[in-house]
Amino acid sequence: MKYVCRRVLAGLVTMLMVSFLTFSAFSLISGDTATAMLGTTATPERLAALRAELGLDRPLPVRYGEWLRDCLRGDLGVSTSYRQPVQELLAPKIRLTLCLSLMSFLLITAVSIPLGVWSAGLRRLEGARTALNQLGMAVPPFFTGILLSWVFGVGLKWFTPGQFPDAGQDLAGAAAYLLFAAVSLSVPRIAMTVRMLRSTVQEELGKDYVRTAIARGNDRGQVLRRHVLKNALSPVITFLAQTMAELVAGSIVVEQVFVIPGLGRMLVTSISNRDYPVVQAIVVILAFWVVLAGTAADLINQRIDPRLRLGGAA
Amino acid sequence: MKRRNWFLVAGLLLTGLLAALLLLGLFWTPYDPNAMAAGPKFDPPSLSHWMGTDNFGRDIFSRVLKGAGATASIALATLAIGAACGCLTGALTGYFGGPVDELLMRLNDALTAFPSILLALVVISVLEPGKKANVILALGVVFIPSFARVSRTAFASLRDVNYIKSARLMGASGARILGVHMLPNTAPVLLPALTIGFNNAVLAEASMSFLGIGVTPPDASLGYMLSEAQGMLFAAPWYAGGTGLVIVWMVFGVGLIGEGLRRRDKGAL
Repeated sequence: MKYVCRRVLAGLVTMLMVSFLTFSAFSLISGDTATAMLGTTATPERLAALRAELGLDRPLPVRYGEWLRDCLRGDLGVSTSYRQPVQELLAPKIRLTLCLSLMSFLLITAVSIPLGVWSAGLRRLEGARTALNQLGMAVPPFFTGILLSWVFGVGLKWFTPGQFPDAGQDLAGAAAYLLFAAVSLSVPRIAMTVRMLRSTVQEELGKDYVRTAIARGNDRGQVLRRHVLKNALSPVITFLAQTMAELVAGSIVVEQVFVIPGLGRMLVTSISNRDYPVVQAIVVILAFWVVLAGTAADLINQRIDPRLRLGGAA
Repeated sequence: MKRRNWFLVAGLLLTGLLAALLLLGLFWTPYDPNAMAAGPKFDPPSLSHWMGTDNFGRDIFSRVLKGAGATASIALATLAIGAACGCLTGALTGYFGGPVDELLMRLNDALTAFPSILLALVVISVLEPGKKANVILALGVVFIPSFARVSRTAFASLRDVNYIKSARLMGASGARILGVHMLPNTAPVLLPALTIGFNNAVLAEASMSFLGIGVTPPDASLGYMLSEAQGMLFAAPWYAGGTGLVIVWMVFGVGLIGEGLRRRDKGAL
């Protein structure tokens, strides 16, 4: 219990640090916000007035405190290019990106765990499998996405590339469309997870207790499932949490390929538009997600692995 | 027993061939990469245009050579910044330790938890998107933490080894111990890390220019070309195919080298 509190607290501190860094980084350039909104021909008086209106003329810690308070109340500020509250702008997009990430997460877990365990026990064609694995990691998600659009969109006409069906009207169509995006997002991560799992399981298989268990007449497969998997699980959980974080970032690119109106596309558009309140909000949301995934992984590991519990701080 | 390290051989061959092509592309390309109507529009791959032509009749093979050169040079520059700064911090903190080490590593933990592309996007949006130098700087800064961590572990593991102790007893300076005695022995760890870093840099650069926040024309890179190619998927699928294959080739080749290096050193131990 003490550990849980400490870990959650550490997560919160990281969050605060990240949000402060983000906030100050964007404050550094916020002089540009006023110029960006009014154009370069604006008079100094009007710029000063707008800065006062936006609250840009006060010291940084004060502004950070206010911004943080507003965030906690669910007020993320106002978009400079849409002139609309950021949270209203982002709410539907968060849902979409979350769906996409969860979909590929399930895909990765479902494919790579059996594949990794199976390939750890296998001796034949080891070189070819490693080469295939390297190839999987070499294919960038946006290229896979384009290939999928070409084969299934242009060729087989299973979907129209670039036209995301409205989830309200065509739920199945939207889900199928997202699935293609999820597949292209998953390929390199599956390769990485399989590789990681393979080396963890193999390391575990080389340990004394496995030899003992087999020497005592246990079936190899049974030892693998009963003993080895349990011990190999905790690094895998940490890695999967990292995957969750990477997926949210990876969806930035994949959303662009498939023209999915999610958080990632919004981030890219906002960076081009210099719409800093939106960029800042998205970065903080994604950071929150990353910290959440990491904390959850540590807590789960702590629950399932008694060694960590007894060892105290690990 | 001596077994040939096929990963290293294949990786070096693939990468060497590509590097030769890219070097050639610096001085000579079959056609002017930006010349309109170097051939008919939307010409499928043929002997005169190896990767076909695009909507302006530009020769795609020539464009890919130039673009891959841009991508590779940005990745190398990024790697140089990230590896140099990262290894230096890693070496100093790993060897000397102390409270600075603690602090930096906590910061490092927080930073490495974040996906590199996300960090790079934040840095680039603070700097100013579209400029080559900014892209290199943003990616380079983002790659420092991972190198720092890897090299810190490598240097820290050597700190109490006997030959280092004896060098210290003989009065060797800190710089000499780090540079002459430790650095060569960290190579088994650092070299594969360099190949991974290069690949991450290539993929990150390609993603960023694919999103239109990396380098922009006239020095287009592979990622930007791929986003251009996506618009012509109906009329000229070979554009996307050729560009994407070169990215895969680059990353795959270097990935194989990394795998080969890891195996060689595992065999040596």
